[in-house]
Amino acid sequence: MDSLDLSRWQFGITTVYHFIFVPITIGLSALVAGLQTAWVRTGKEHYLRATKFWGKLFLINFAIGVVTGIVQEFQFGMNWSNYSRFVGDVFGAPLAMEGLLAFFLESTFLGLWIFGWDRLPKRLHLATIWTASIGTMLSAYFILAANSWMQHPVGWRMGAGRAELTSIGAVLTNSTTLVTFPHTLTACFLTAGALLLAVSAWHLRRRNQEEVFRPSLRLGAWVVLIAGIGVLISGDLQARVMTEQQPMKMAAAEALYENTESASFSVFTVGSLDGREEVWSVRIPSLLSFMATGDPSGEVEGINDLQAEYQEKYGEGDYTPIVPVTYWSFRLMIGFGGLAMLVALAALWANRGGRRATGRWLWIAGISTVAMPLLANSFGWIFTEMGRQPWTVFGLFRTGESGSPAVSTGEAATGLIVLTLLYGVLAVIEIGLFLKYARAGAPDIPAVDEAEDRPLAFAY
Amino acid sequence: MELTTVWFALIAVLWAGYFLLEGFDFGVGILLPFVGTDERSRRLAINTIGPVWDGNEVWLLVAGGATFAAFPEWYATLFSGFFLPLLLILVALIVRGVAFEYRGKRDGVAWRKRWDLAIFVGSLVPAILWGVAFGNILRGVPIDAQHEYAGGFIGLLNPYALLGGLTTLALFTLHGAVFLALKTDGPMRVQAGRIAETLALVAVPVAAGFLIWTGITHTDGWGVTLSAAAAIALVSAIPLTRARREGWAFAATGATLLLAVAALFVTLFPDVMPSTLDPAHSLTVHNASSTPYTLRVMTWVAVFFTPLVLLYQGWTYWVFRKRLKLSDIPG
Repeated sequence: MDSLDLSRWQFGITTVYHFIFVPITIGLSALVAGLQTAWVRTGKEHYLRATKFWGKLFLINFAIGVVTGIVQEFQFGMNWSNYSRFVGDVFGAPLAMEGLLAFFLESTFLGLWIFGWDRLPKRLHLATIWTASIGTMLSAYFILAANSWMQHPVGWRMGAGRAELTSIGAVLTNSTTLVTFPHTLTACFLTAGALLLAVSAWHLRRRNQEEVFRPSLRLGAWVVLIAGIGVLISGDLQARVMTEQQPMKMAAAEALYENTESASFSVFTVGSLDGREEVWSVRIPSLLSFMATGDPSGEVEGINDLQAEYQEKYGEGDYTPIVPVTYWSFRLMIGFGGLAMLVALAALWANRGGRRATGRWLWIAGISTVAMPLLANSFGWIFTEMGRQPWTVFGLFRTGESGSPAVSTGEAATGLIVLTLLYGVLAVIEIGLFLKYARAGAPDIPAVDEAEDRPLAFAY
Repeated sequence: MELTTVWFALIAVLWAGYFLLEGFDFGVGILLPFVGTDERSRRLAINTIGPVWDGNEVWLLVAGGATFAAFPEWYATLFSGFFLPLLLILVALIVRGVAFEYRGKRDGVAWRKRWDLAIFVGSLVPAILWGVAFGNILRGVPIDAQHEYAGGFIGLLNPYALLGGLTTLALFTLHGAVFLALKTDGPMRVQAGRIAETLALVAVPVAAGFLIWTGITHTDGWGVTLSAAAAIALVSAIPLTRARREGWAFAATGATLLLAVAALFVTLFPDVMPSTLDPAHSLTVHNASSTPYTLRVMTWVAVFFTPLVLLYQGWTYWVFRKRLKLSDIPG
């Protein structure tokens, strides 16, 4: 492997890893803020206990999300300097805006939230978690604007050997961003909802602290369902925008080789994905055409036709992404997301009214929902990034040209190995702590002590 | 003023803010093994920076992002050229950040000892390496005609840059000691004050050595003036610490860092990364910058939002202005 391949692996590993924690942070901060709002408004103690319980899990997760975020910003320059030189004029702007408008907000106000329990008036303290939560969403917006520009470059012109920004408005209102942002944001809520559902199911199965975890289970399940519907609608819109802007990605998602009208969607295929030896597949007629164009009989372009078209446009070369990766990641994304929604629906049904689910398998399914959106999110990113290959900026700049000439193979290997090992160790520690606090359940709230010199209730 | 100059100044401001703020939380991390005699006092030390260290670190992220947006060539050359030191800094910042959040989340002496070590090393490594990095930027590095860094890792470990590393290490640690004395009450306040006095005796000659070396190689008038002002601020921290005027002493070490960064950037200007191979290959504010349009957009964003950030970060420091003492830490 050369420096470029190693950098690609590093980018993939660090990005997928970072994005395990990001959706939890975005979704859970808002849900914790919601629970705290419920406490401030009603004064009911179980809301406060829920706030502190989910808040602790949120912070354990947030820590890794934050520190791995620094790697994301640095590695563009470290491993992808040619890319950075080529796109910096355009791509750097949303990245810098993320720092100034979002990072400062989330980290500063989260510090205020953690340590401000004893220092700030109740409502002001509540405002700090909402502000931090808004910060995380703004962060997502700017990062998706930057990423969307790589999928569908707008608001630029070719300058002397680099892309130059001509309209920041166009970059920030890129049609790709406008469909990607709601898709990602709803997926974040689905992820956090599933976390609430799963941890609550674990406790309820043991009949622990039902006064805290019953409402949390219901909240989690509803969030999964509502967010899930949002994910479906926004995903549908996104698929159409993608088909129009990156037809090759859609063709690769379906391993569709020839232009086809009324194209069917294969849920599952056994055989090679080069379109020659399909042994067995489960197909839904016309669904692909509908997903891609909004019309069940619409024409979807195939890989072979697009390959020929791109060769004519961009010169000789292979413009087909790795088909099995795109094909399976696309299905696994949809499959795991859908599965989480089914479990949420079942959980709500089995625990409707004052009922309590009796089936052991349902509880186990409930507990395992936590993994489903995480997998769906990861496969979603793998799909969207791998489906863009061989381009870093679609139609404009190739991954093969994007690396850092100054970085040797040895250096790139060091980076990949060190970060992968470190992330591995952190994962073990994080999961250990997460389980410890998830199992411990919600804290009891001590009687309020109004003494001036009481110890800090929240401290490291 | 040209927008490239404005952005050069803004990036200097971001680094100055970063050194001023994260400088003291690095310092507290480095001093952790020396001020904490028992678990409770270590927690006390960590809690002085607890509410703010994360916000302080964002100054670095914004400095990085702003360099990417305003000077993409500089960002690309610097980050790919300094690959290994930056990787070390990344690892340090990762383990340090996680350590703050996780050390108290489990009981057990071994667990906490490990995280305390992570805080110490995670603070020490960047405190040295930022100095090494800026020493090299100021000194110049081999940059070829394609603006690629053409030296190896060992080339970065030259005596001048290493002295730069010792300088930031000494200054940050002193700054941290003064901060600890300012933010605590009781025995730790006294102890941190004493450490600060001792550290000042190290920091002054080290920093003076670096400044004189810089003055010999770069005879820039403004740079020398600002360096001299930094030196005066640093020396004045000694009597202020001795008199237990911690607020003023902190202002003095803070001013030292701000003036030192200002001196560094003024000396550098209009280069952003001089080449030792051929001055024609040097990266300057002109050949490394983004287009005027991008700079204009970013200027508006900075003009509107930087004051807002300063306002709420300032408010954070106000909210947590109270000195901490041992009895504030839950037992």
